[in-house]
Amino acid sequence: MPRVGVFLCHCGTNIAGVVDIPTVAEAVKQFPGVVYVDDNKFSCSEPGQAAIRQSIIDNGLDRVVISACSPRMHEITFRKAVSAAGLNPYLMEIANIREHCSWVHSDNKEAATEKAIELVKMAVAKVSLHQELFRKRISMEKKALVIGGGIAGIQAALDIANAGHQVILVEREPTIGGRMAQLDKTFPTLDCSACILSPKMVDVSQHPNIRLLTYSEVEKVQGFVGNFEVEIRQRARYVNHTTCTGCGICWQKCPEKVPGEFEEGTGQRTSVYIPFPQAVPSKPVIDTVSCRYFKYLDFIDKKMEGKKPPPCRICEKLCPPQAIDWEQKDEIIRETVGAIVVATGFKTFDHSVYGEYGGGRIPDVITSLQLERLMNASGPTLGEVVRPSDGTHPKTVVFLSCVGSRDEAKGRPYCSKICCMYMAKQALMLKEHDPGVQSYIFYIDIRAGGKDFEEFTRRAQEEFGVLYLRGRVSKIYQDDKKLMVCGEDSLIGRPVEIAADMVVLATGVEPSEGAAKVAQTLNISYDTYGFMVEAHPKLRPVETNTDGILVAGACVGPRDIPDSVAHGGAAAAKVIGLLSQDTLTTEPLTAAIDASRCTGCLLCSQICPFQAIDMVPANGKSIAVVNEGLCKGCGLCVAACRSTAPSLKGYTDAQILSEVLALCP
Amino acid sequence: MSVEEFQPRIIGFLCNWCSYAGADMAGTSRMTYPSNVRIIRLPCSGRVNPMIIFKAFQQGADGVMVSGCHPGDCHYVDGNYYARRRLAMLEPFLEYLGIEKGRFQLEWVSASEGKKWSQVVARFTDTVKSLGPRGKI
Repeated sequence: MPRVGVFLCHCGTNIAGVVDIPTVAEAVKQFPGVVYVDDNKFSCSEPGQAAIRQSIIDNGLDRVVISACSPRMHEITFRKAVSAAGLNPYLMEIANIREHCSWVHSDNKEAATEKAIELVKMAVAKVSLHQELFRKRISMEKKALVIGGGIAGIQAALDIANAGHQVILVEREPTIGGRMAQLDKTFPTLDCSACILSPKMVDVSQHPNIRLLTYSEVEKVQGFVGNFEVEIRQRARYVNHTTCTGCGICWQKCPEKVPGEFEEGTGQRTSVYIPFPQAVPSKPVIDTVSCRYFKYLDFIDKKMEGKKPPPCRICEKLCPPQAIDWEQKDEIIRETVGAIVVATGFKTFDHSVYGEYGGGRIPDVITSLQLERLMNASGPTLGEVVRPSDGTHPKTVVFLSCVGSRDEAKGRPYCSKICCMYMAKQALMLKEHDPGVQSYIFYIDIRAGGKDFEEFTRRAQEEFGVLYLRGRVSKIYQDDKKLMVCGEDSLIGRPVEIAADMVVLATGVEPSEGAAKVAQTLNISYDTYGFMVEAHPKLRPVETNTDGILVAGACVGPRDIPDSVAHGGAAAAKVIGLLSQDTLTTEPLTAAIDASRCTGCLLCSQICPFQAIDMVPANGKSIAVVNEGLCKGCGLCVAACRSTAPSLKGYTDAQILSEVLALCP
Repeated sequence: MSVEEFQPRIIGFLCNWCSYAGADMAGTSRMTYPSNVRIIRLPCSGRVNPMIIFKAFQQGADGVMVSGCHPGDCHYVDGNYYARRRLAMLEPFLEYLGIEKGRFQLEWVSASEGKKWSQVVARFTDTVKSLGPRGKI
């Protein structure tokens, strides 16, 4: 008979305020195997843990139930506490009476107490069947993968590389730099964005420990912390980057012009292009969709009717080192890495769903990122802020906040955090560009929480005369050359109408295209909007639920540049900590297969998502054997086997049934 | 004398990564829901074999719920797809055994869906309540 000790945590009043702990303690004493019951104000505190350690030793306990918060919160803490008393850490079970009981049943204390008793009963029944488990050591590949080359990814890559580890930085676009590269100035210091970012981009390209893969995407990830096997698709650029010198003749001479993604449609790029002059690498790619030669090839291939497009190939003829390579193919790069940082960043909300603001059909209603490009000295207008419709300088500019933020009707109830600040910055900068500009900002609230933020928005109002109007805009329509902006100033309680030359929509933040797909490739969680979910929003903000996979920057939620940099650095610190170890210990909650029951049907090895089951010959037949290094303990094989040969340590059929039987005797 | 309302006994088998975390989220956000459900934590909804569900009903559970990650989001790549297929096969069989439709439910609740978890529990508890007590097989 096991000797079970039960420790009931009050968690201050979090549990004890709802669950009647003395009643639970009385009831628990009656459960089979329970020889010791104690309660503590905070079991996770040092005195609480010391009490657990001491009681295990004093009472000769060989099983422990901790009735407290979620095991997802403190399982590791309590395993350590149990371990410190000389007991195997896996002889402990947690009854979750906080998240699953006191916090959700505060409206019925009696029922909550009754439920807490049963939850402890289940844990006691289960822990009685626990066995000692031991962690194993596995090797560690001292290399990291960073997905996304925005400021968060750049920071993470540089920090890891500076610590002496190899880093592979994968970026989908032809250049690193991300959103920050598109910006003109940064709030609240008005630093020139490119001036502070470009040196970091160059550092990345020149760092001996960083392998930069642009125009690439991570296709497949297998394995586990310490040994992730990744497949990266390097898309064909049709330019040989080894021979290309980046002289620029090809993109100067290319005759095909299309709207540039980097310019947010405010300017054009050629078919062979680098996104912007400071791009890293500063070597071009050919966009096969718009390239005349590719259109020509497509025309021939599909035997299309009509006028044949010209087989242009001007870039090839003019390229001095003959770096154009039409035969180039996508390449699959395979790497093994110990840790992965996800920094896939954000995109801005597509405002075409706001029909009342023109839905994208009024040319002088632009997005904040488009204004950013217009204000930028290296932008399409060389820093001249002009109206897209007629090229004149706008004198009255209206900003609309919360376009795709704080709007339940558009499915975006969250605050995008950065818009209030960048609107203040842009309104201020407009005045610097042209003192004759009057800016109006329609806002719901001015959210300026941050160092020097409030002072900055004040400055925009007081020094630069930006007029803030509290209220939403109901309609924008074109009236000859003017844009009529109809809204309400809710502070004076009157409708207002402004004849504007240009309207800027402060479009909100959402996860970048394909973020959910990246999360699925990595098997990490993401929320309904597609933002990555941290392991714990407060205490583990850069970790995910998958060991060895970290998140950084705006892929987790809206955040500004300093936060993204800090986040990237924090993720890097976690990676450096991991990679500083020569070996890793594995979780022993793995599957094991009873050789005497195995019929060698192979079903388990087919179903296993981690290829962790090998077939080995034994007694003239093949039987399944689990590779504990690869097994992640999902238990799929257990449920699939027809002859109940596999069992999952920590979650055996007997253990699960013991919980069921504790509930329904 | 007032007749005490029937309080069904409901067992929920939840995957650790999404639904269990979603139930935690409901707690952290202090969303209240009926206290009838008792949660058994499993690594993955794909760990649930029908035997466990039969056993729960056999022992007198009034309702059984399995909840995992949304299709496509499984922490173990595709465990929830196996769960979905396996448990879809199970449902008609439960009816054949005389366990009414509605007493068993498969749900997808993600780690961020605390609200959904509380709604799912409230709805399921109502359904099982309306079906009444079941007793041991």
